[in-house]
This record gives sequence, structure tokens and C-alpha cells, in this order.
Amino acid sequence: MIALTFVTHDGNRVETLARAGTTVMEAARTANVPGILAECGGACACSTCHVYVDPNWLPKLDDADEMEADLLDFVWQPDAARSRLACQITLTDALAGLIVEVPANQG
Amino acid sequence: MKPIVIVGAGQAGSALAAKLRALGSEAPIRLVGAEPVPPYQRPPLSKKYLLGEVERERLYLRPESFYEDAGIELVTDTRVKALDANTLAVAFEDGASIACSAIALCTGAEPIRLPEAVGGTLGGVFTMRSLSDADALVPAFRAGARVLIVGGGYIGLEAAAVAASRGLEVTLVEMAPRILARVACAETAAWFKALHESHGVEIREGVGLRALVGDGTVRSAILSDGTELPVDLVVVGIGVRPETALAEAAGLAIENGIRVDAFGRTSEPGIFAAGDCASFPWNGGRIRLESVPNAIEQAEAVAATIMGVGAAYVARPWFWSDQYDVKLQIAGLNSGHDAVIVRPGDKPGSVSHWYFAGPRLLAVDAMNDPRAYMTAKRMIEAGQSPMPSAVANPAVPLKSLPTADALLTEQP
Repeated sequence: MIALTFVTHDGNRVETLARAGTTVMEAARTANVPGILAECGGACACSTCHVYVDPNWLPKLDDADEMEADLLDFVWQPDAARSRLACQITLTDALAGLIVEVPANQG
Repeated sequence: MKPIVIVGAGQAGSALAAKLRALGSEAPIRLVGAEPVPPYQRPPLSKKYLLGEVERERLYLRPESFYEDAGIELVTDTRVKALDANTLAVAFEDGASIACSAIALCTGAEPIRLPEAVGGTLGGVFTMRSLSDADALVPAFRAGARVLIVGGGYIGLEAAAVAASRGLEVTLVEMAPRILARVACAETAAWFKALHESHGVEIREGVGLRALVGDGTVRSAILSDGTELPVDLVVVGIGVRPETALAEAAGLAIENGIRVDAFGRTSEPGIFAAGDCASFPWNGGRIRLESVPNAIEQAEAVAATIMGVGAAYVARPWFWSDQYDVKLQIAGLNSGHDAVIVRPGDKPGSVSHWYFAGPRLLAVDAMNDPRAYMTAKRMIEAGQSPMPSAVANPAVPLKSLPTADALLTEQP
């Protein structure tokens, strides 16, 4: 299991464990993290699982593909360096301890 | 305290239960589903699940521990037999009955099946709605098998895409003059027809199914043009009917689904409905949506109504489909459009179709063009419309499409 932490927009920390091979979005859904809507359930179709990745972890992530990058360009308050869709981050041992922030709005 | 009983443990029922707790409800909550599994996502069934790219447990919306932890009593494999609108009671098939403080109907929709008289009950004939439907279909989807898809809507097209990807010989028949006739413009239909034909799918438009023939298992299909097509299996994707039987028997008003107001209230006090089964007010009329986002958001609106903090539900319709390497995203509802503007995308193979009614943007179909989809979705939700001439000109960037709001507001 891989430990990860969600920091909600009001500063609450949700610490959880998730299976390798699942996504950050699935971990959020399982842990009932507020602010992650994930309407399309991980199809990279909606952009409602937007998160800001803690800068320390950015080098360990694969780059966003075109579909994800295009969706991210239109999310509420995008951060070109740190914005990702949680459904597109697959958890691996290299990401143990990952910290992501949840935006105040998925609009 | 009497429980809140949610009938139907799909996407809407699950969202409703979770939202009740999130809003601080302390009532016992019983979430009752007819299927033997916890609430799960249906959209991947005709996509990644059928392709074998996602395992069963990952379809579940929440782990079972979630319901325990939240104090939601999840009752699976259980059918509700009847509702009593006067006493607000729910009766189960085993004879038990419980009095409720509120009843929420999230009963979803059922696929329309072919009648027995035309071979609809033969072995090898499948529908595509539930996990058990998909589980039955997976072993039949062997390379080389000949599959007939009946119906050229999105479910039929998704099944065709998976079948072709897995090496089946695919024929799709659509009774209407073209595929997607009920849901998309001719431009979108032609685009998807060409996509499927490029993957070897034979699409026959204006051709219906007369009968399926076989001794126990389907062997051939007789089409309306008289041809007889040898088949190994058939997937029927001819639409769904809202599941209204319980509501109807209990005397609730039905109007293309269980009739609810903007707060999700049915015609009977204390009984609510949300998701695919419910029709609700929309632009002076009434619609019923078959989509995950509507199931979630309408269910959450009902939870708020039950908790006394309800607000009128305003649907923000959107849809998606995956076929081969194409992602289709749809924003808005296109009914009533009188023009379609085609806008080539920034990347090869990407394009979007923008539906207008006069100057007003109603909807967009975006094929591998998430930027067009996101732009249009934001505009539609904000009540803005871009100038059609600018939409048609790909040299005008999406982020600087001039809107025609001033023009619209000047009209009486």
C-alpha cells in the first residue's frame, strides 16, 4: 500500500493508503476526500478531479498527455507547473508519501 | 428515528446517500439495490471493462467499508416490491415492510429488449447495461466471431468499437436513415460512421432487424432488406426505458419517467426521485437525462431538499464516449438547433461541431478536441454564445472567441 496525503482548500489533511496501480483519484474517492468530484470516473473526460501536486513530487511524475494538458488549461485557477488530473496519476512505490492539494472549486 | 430509504443502489443512489451524510443527516439510511454488487460505475462497462483493461473492483464507486463507516446500510441483491405513498412505507419481496421518514427513488433505467417473437430471448443475444450484462458478453467477444450490433446509438457504437478492437467481424444495423439520429447532427453521425468503417465495421443505415433465427442460440439475423446474415452473437442497443414500475404502482405522477419538480420532489410528499428514472423541469419544458453527471448532481440536490437546504436543480448536461482512440465530449443539449458549425481542431483528426438555435449556442460535440469542449461548456453554463462566424474560423483562438451576448440582450 502507498501512503498519500490530500490537503483540502481549508487546510485539512486527509491521509490515506492506496494500492499500487490505482490512481490518485480512486484514492480520493475511497477516502471520501471533499472537493474531488471525478464525474467521469477516470476517463479523462471532465477535469473535475483537478489537484495541485506538491512541488517535491513533480519530478517523479510522468508528463501529462495532450488530452490531460488541454483539459488542465481550462480548469479553475490552473497552475501550469503543479496542476494535474488525479485520475491520470497512477500510484507506484516511487510516489509513496505523495502530497496533493485540492482546489476550492472544480468549476 | 425512521430511516431514509433509497431505492436503487446505482450512481444516483450512492451519491444521494453520501450527500445526506455530508450534509449532517443523522437518520438511519438504507440503500437498497437489486444487483448483487455494491454501487459501481456503468460507463466503463461498454468501454474499458469490456476491453479487459479494468478489473471489477475498480468499477465500485466506494469500497464496502465506506458505507459501514458512514453508517449507510447497503442492502444488495434485494428488490423492493411496493411503495405505500400514504404511510410512506417500503415493502420488500420477502414480505418485510418498513416505515420511512423519506423515500428516494433512484431506480435508473432498463434496456429495451427485443421481443421473444423476433428471437430476442435466444442464447447469444445480449444487452449492455449492467455488470452482469458485461460479464456475460466478455467471453462471447472472441476474435473472429461474427457480431451483429442492433442500434446505432452511443451504446451500440461503443460495443462495435470494442468488438472491432478485439478482432470480431462487426456489422451494425440502424433502422433510422442514419446512426445517432436521435442524439447528434448528421455531421457527427457521418464522422463516426467513417471512423468505424476505417476499423472494418460494416454500418448499414436504414436497415432494421426483422428477426433473429436459431435453435436455442442465435445463428442468423434476417434484416429488413431481406438479407440473411450469419451471426455468432447479437448486441442489442436500442435504448432504455426509465424504471418507473414501483412509482407507477404507488400512484406517483409519471411523465417520461417519474415526474419531479426542480427540488426532486415527486407528486407524493416525502417521496423523491433522481437520475435516469426522473424527468424534471428544463427551459419551460421537461427532460430526462441518461448520464452520470446528472445522476450525481440531481441526487445531491435531492439530498439537500431532504435536509431542508434544497435549491432548484439546474442541470448542466454533458456526456462523453470513448471509441477506439477517440474521445467524444458533448456539452449541452442540442434539441431545437437550426444550424451546425464545423470547427477544425488544433491537432490532426480533432474537430468540433457547434449547435446553434439562431444566435444562441446550445451544444457542442468535440471529437478529440477537449479545448473546444471546455470552451463551449463554460460558455453554455454562463449563458454566453460565441459569434458563429468566429467559431467557423479556426484562426480565431478558442480563448478569444467573441461572444454575441450584447446582440442577444438587445433582442426583445
